[in-house]
Amino acid sequence: MIKKDVIVIGGGAAGLAAAVACREKGIEDILIIERESDLGGILKQCIHDGFGLIKFQHSYTGPEYAQKYIDQVEERHIEYLLDSMVIDITNKKIITVVNKKGLKKYQAKSIILAMGCRERTRGAIGIPGTRPAGIYTAGVAQNLINLHNYMIGKEIVILGSGDIGLIMARRLMLEGANVKMVLELLPYGSGLPRNFNQCLFDYDIPLYLNHAVIDIKGNKRVEAITMAKVDRQGEVVLSSCKEVPCDTLLLSVGLIPENELSKMAGIELDPLTGGPMVDEYGQTTVSGIFACGNVLQVHDIVDNVSLEAEHIASGVEKYISSLLKLKNYISIEIGEGLRYVLPQRVQYLADDTTFSFRVKKPDNKKQIIFKNNNRIIKKRSFIRVNPAEMIRIKLTSSELSDIKHLKVELT
Amino acid sequence: MNKDKENHFDVIIIGAGVVGCSIARELSRFKVRVAVLEKESDVGWGSSCRNSGVIHAGFNNKTGTLMARYCVEGNQGFQNIARELNVPFKKSGKLVVAKDNSEIAELKRLKKQGELNGVNNLDIIGEKEIRELEPNIQGIAALLSPETAITSPYIYTIALAENALKNGVRFYLNTEVKNIKKKANGKFVLKNKNTDFRADYLINSTGVYSGEIARMAGIDRYRIYPCRGEYYVLDKNASSLMNHLIYPVPHIEEGGLGIHLTPTVDGNVLIGPSNEYIDINKRNDYAVTMEVLSKLCKEAQEFLPAISPRDFIRNYAGIRSKQTSPLQGGYKDYTIEESEEAPNMINLIGIESPGLTSAYPIAKKVVTMIDKKEKLSTNTDFNPYREGILRFEEQDEETKRKLIEQDPDYGEIICRCEQVTKKEILQAIDNPLEARSLISIKYRSRAMMGRCQGGYCQTRIMELLKEKYGYKWNDFLLRGTESYMLTGNRSNGVKAYD
Repeated sequence: MIKKDVIVIGGGAAGLAAAVACREKGIEDILIIERESDLGGILKQCIHDGFGLIKFQHSYTGPEYAQKYIDQVEERHIEYLLDSMVIDITNKKIITVVNKKGLKKYQAKSIILAMGCRERTRGAIGIPGTRPAGIYTAGVAQNLINLHNYMIGKEIVILGSGDIGLIMARRLMLEGANVKMVLELLPYGSGLPRNFNQCLFDYDIPLYLNHAVIDIKGNKRVEAITMAKVDRQGEVVLSSCKEVPCDTLLLSVGLIPENELSKMAGIELDPLTGGPMVDEYGQTTVSGIFACGNVLQVHDIVDNVSLEAEHIASGVEKYISSLLKLKNYISIEIGEGLRYVLPQRVQYLADDTTFSFRVKKPDNKKQIIFKNNNRIIKKRSFIRVNPAEMIRIKLTSSELSDIKHLKVELT
Repeated sequence: MNKDKENHFDVIIIGAGVVGCSIARELSRFKVRVAVLEKESDVGWGSSCRNSGVIHAGFNNKTGTLMARYCVEGNQGFQNIARELNVPFKKSGKLVVAKDNSEIAELKRLKKQGELNGVNNLDIIGEKEIRELEPNIQGIAALLSPETAITSPYIYTIALAENALKNGVRFYLNTEVKNIKKKANGKFVLKNKNTDFRADYLINSTGVYSGEIARMAGIDRYRIYPCRGEYYVLDKNASSLMNHLIYPVPHIEEGGLGIHLTPTVDGNVLIGPSNEYIDINKRNDYAVTMEVLSKLCKEAQEFLPAISPRDFIRNYAGIRSKQTSPLQGGYKDYTIEESEEAPNMINLIGIESPGLTSAYPIAKKVVTMIDKKEKLSTNTDFNPYREGILRFEEQDEETKRKLIEQDPDYGEIICRCEQVTKKEILQAIDNPLEARSLISIKYRSRAMMGRCQGGYCQTRIMELLKEKYGYKWNDFLLRGTESYMLTGNRSNGVKAYD
């Protein structure tokens, strides 16, 4: 059994930032475990720009953004394993790792979960029809095009208006494919507003809201899909069915935090986020195991992943120095208009706490209110709110002292 | 029986489903030249990979029918075959659950019928016992069948084919029979696109196509009514919800067993199949439909309210080759016969459920029919064993450690959801039948079958195919010829700069 102070599972945006921040806090004995042959995670295939505007006030590409952290990992001589898969974690913080050199066990004082997320698939949303070649999730298509130099199709329909789908619409156009349309089930787009402008409207790609794919045709390769309007009750309007010839259906229908390892460790998950239930340091229900990045909640901007990962380092440092002292348990209630709120509990009150959450639907002129019973603790006004954009609001420990219960709501 | 010419065989089997491959393997116990012609790019791509994977006990079928006899015999012999061929097999047991009192009489009838058929250990249990066995299942009484088992239907078919191949049977994939000519001496010439095949005996095990193949040989009396069944595949998370196979009380007139819940040997749960007759011209239409998918979910939740659409990872459809029309409904017994029009051709018609269970007894029957005409001599070199691909995930930690020491490829996990290593994927790619579609690799290794459906490993598998086999973009096929995964190499950004 190899002993480590901190083991970070995943060498993507979250894991790299968390490891660097832990070293900044003075933790020496850190190990990053990465399953791929390079550090950087999904950023490696995100060759478009727009990364780093908050963190560095500069627009980098994904690989550039990742490299900034990889450089820091290298400069600080933080140890990492590549091509290594964690196959088990216990609640005693024992990690089993498999790589070409063998199967090894590690005992960590603290673990940081940074495994990211996976894409929702065709099977998960149950699109009817045949199952021919030519149905890709946006991330797989992005990988094949940007990392392997393959083209995945010529006549393309995109289902779902998540950010990767929008980015891929532009990418495919630039590569000479014809992106015929983007269909979105919801009455509003799922991606960031800037991506609709820069990736769809600038390329004259039509967006159909309230639309679904209700059939796929073709036995060998996709030949056509059938699109249909969906009414307010979510029912398909059969009279609106229209067949659209295409050879590719690209899916951008959501991301799911990748928590299979978390479950093995007995960590409790929040059905609203798909990620672990955490306190203000991102500590899960198993003490000493922390989570950050997309494994905790799906982010829209990588800068927020980095910020979240950096924040949990202070909790990790306190935990391994036995300085985390329970002070005042505050339960968090999700009020009107919000899809979820993180963290689910606050209990130490040693540092400021950043709450992050998403609204249920787009709206104008709204307020976010933090309340203890009927006392307003904090209020923030927004000209516009959008589920696509995560909201982060910081509360100081003094604002949170002496309360047992906190309600966050949109009014 | 010795043939000097290429493409001239004693026996040609048309169709490499589980029945065709079983017959091939049984024939390879004898000194006969056997070929299997398959129109798809791999074995088992018809109904054999599109069913519930159940080794039925044999109580559903009418006493005295071939269906009943072969099913019971197949069930009782399966453990041995599974061991020889290294095929997954698990005696999960089955509960046929009555929702109300009106269904109890049918449970009793099934029990009696099963006992007459020779099924062992059937028992009717009450609500309390159901709750003890299956706390999540709702029902007032159930028929418990401990002998009902599960297997992996595609691994079984692949294993039969690989073992037959090893024992001398030739497999011709991508070889569709377009025309059959009967010669005056009773022998056959089969035409594919480019090649002629000659055979003394012909076996028609082509499922939904069997009527058409028989017609090519001048036999115009078999009618097949394709009947589609759609399924949902659930995440392994759902497997903790149940231990047994859970079936409703069947309504015979429907000609199916009702939408049931089947835990698979890999730890997933299947919901299905539905029962919809489709047009004969649509017999290769494996589409799933909006109406049926929502019905599947609703009916499954009646038994198991805890089932959540969150656990759905995939859907698929299979097609039963029924001999009963939509108006007749129900079942017609298997037809396994030679006919006057073509005496040396054995037609296997209407091999629907329990076809997977019955495949082995059917194969033995076919061999007996040939042996009667042509005394077969034993192939003393016959080896019944097949090694298969060792599953890393299923090994204990010490074995895993040793495996990586012996071969570092075991230390590279390519498919994260199913924990499939590079070693297993290379073995799957390098399969004896040389089937290299992504689906072929999937069936053999389980890579891409998990909850992310290849989101993580598909590109890595493609990379392996490129590295090891020099694949170009147009070599990547999902499911056989023409199912191109890619449309080219990346261009240099034509359109944007026009």
